[in-house]
Amino acid sequence: MTEKSASNSFWQRVEGRQFLLVVPALLALLLLFAFPISSVLLKSLFSPDFTLKHYIYFFKTPLYSRVLWITFQISILSTLSALIVGYPIAYVLRRAKPGIRNFFLLAITLSFMISLLVRNYSWIIVLQRNGVINSVLGTLGLIDAPLKILHNKFGVMVGMTHIFVPYIVFPIYSVMMGVDLNLEKAAQNLGANRWQTFWRVSFPLSLPGIGAGALLVFIMALGFFITPALLGGRKEQMLSNLIQIQIVDLLNWPFASAMSLILLIATLIVFSVYNRYLGLERLWGGVKQ
Amino acid sequence: MSRRSRKKAARFDPLHIGWPLWLVSGSAIFFLIAPVLLLIPMSLGSAEIIEFPPSKIGLDQYHKFFNHPAWQRAVLNSLQVSAMTAVVSTFLGLLASLGLVRGKFRGKGLINAFIVSPMIVPIIVLGLAFYISLAKLGLLGTKLGLVLAYTPLTLPFSVLPISATLRGFDRSLEHAARILGANRFQTFAKVTFPIIRPGVLTGAIFAFMIAFDEVVIALFICGTTAVTLPKKMWDVIRYEIEPMLPAISTLLFLLAIIILVLVGFLQQRITRRMTTS
Repeated sequence: MTEKSASNSFWQRVEGRQFLLVVPALLALLLLFAFPISSVLLKSLFSPDFTLKHYIYFFKTPLYSRVLWITFQISILSTLSALIVGYPIAYVLRRAKPGIRNFFLLAITLSFMISLLVRNYSWIIVLQRNGVINSVLGTLGLIDAPLKILHNKFGVMVGMTHIFVPYIVFPIYSVMMGVDLNLEKAAQNLGANRWQTFWRVSFPLSLPGIGAGALLVFIMALGFFITPALLGGRKEQMLSNLIQIQIVDLLNWPFASAMSLILLIATLIVFSVYNRYLGLERLWGGVKQ
Repeated sequence: MSRRSRKKAARFDPLHIGWPLWLVSGSAIFFLIAPVLLLIPMSLGSAEIIEFPPSKIGLDQYHKFFNHPAWQRAVLNSLQVSAMTAVVSTFLGLLASLGLVRGKFRGKGLINAFIVSPMIVPIIVLGLAFYISLAKLGLLGTKLGLVLAYTPLTLPFSVLPISATLRGFDRSLEHAARILGANRFQTFAKVTFPIIRPGVLTGAIFAFMIAFDEVVIALFICGTTAVTLPKKMWDVIRYEIEPMLPAISTLLFLLAIIILVLVGFLQQRITRRMTTS
């Protein structure tokens, strides 16, 4: 009895001290994350006296409002197109036999793990003027002149969709796995045809997965940099790309900082919606404590 | 219910997938994997230009890549930076996970949110933030600068698998070790760590992969003195036509396969340990 209480108090003492274990990571995050981010904030507001001129300039210049709009537009469109490509995969995954399911899962996971640069580069090879699609169509005599499918909105949409599909498939698939397929059988028994069963039963039950995947992808899309830079033309440059140009080419750090803060705030607004309806735990892979 | 509809209902199988759905989902999978697979035959072309289909077949591009000093240096830089990042991030992540999963103190939710927050900040914002801060410290163009920048970026990805493994951990094993006379550090080294090792390794692999593939922050910090593989690839993709690129991409594709097998293997060990303990 005494031994047990002694060991209990020992563990309590240790657990009280466990906070110390988190301290190194917290210090690292303060120094290497919070501090650098706040220096961006300061840079955008003080030069050297307090000023809002960079923010006012951003919202007053039509070019920048347009880029903000293009950023949202490309993000919404690529999220939708990733949903259109990803949803059928998730639907089939839920119903396929183990062999095909494993093959599909392997293909998606592999695509997910390949270097981002390699994935973007592979689309350059496929879509460019003398690329795979144009060579094949040209050889078949289906086109006279090469199609212009790279360095425009089409190229960016293809590249971003390709990257986002796995992020869409996994949350939808995991939600679908929790849905009892007998519900569909019941709907059918009550006289619904396949189409009605899908729209009235299967689809509404998969909405939480769609919401989680779409918001996650939308948050990623807002800050996307690599794909618009490599596969887009001048008109498809997003906010991230303009920030990079301001830093590297124009050396205008205060204005780049103001744009960064605007991008960060836009992202945080979308994220707060995600957090409110789905919870931060989902980002951790759905592990609820 | 009429006989016909009853027959129809009996025939209904929720697992049935019609051919249009097979076509759509099959095309989607093709879309995901075909462009990357295409790089493999392209990498075997020996010509000075990238052509499809390649006219002369050979391993020239691979040979050139492995014997090119600038690319060798880039690969070496990337390996060093990613390995250092993985070590630092896994060490911090292991300690933090132990504290967060087992500790009882206030503000755990807040700390958890703080640790994942680098995932949400747009990468270009992090790039600018590190550019400004590391410039002040004179660390631009150094590998140390890259490791410092990649530490917060990879921390959530090492904390995630480690704390997941810890949550499934049966603590009576530790109590048993303590009762049998082991001290706290012996218990950790001989009981706790061996059991959570697959999760720790998974975290380290994730951190390594993220650092190894990172290009946006690298664009700001590498300069000309600490060029990493992704930074060099970026420059080449943007500004030149480089016939070696499909070969390099194929090698990175092979790396992804190796990592996939490795992580799958570790995952299996984690689930096996969870079920036996």
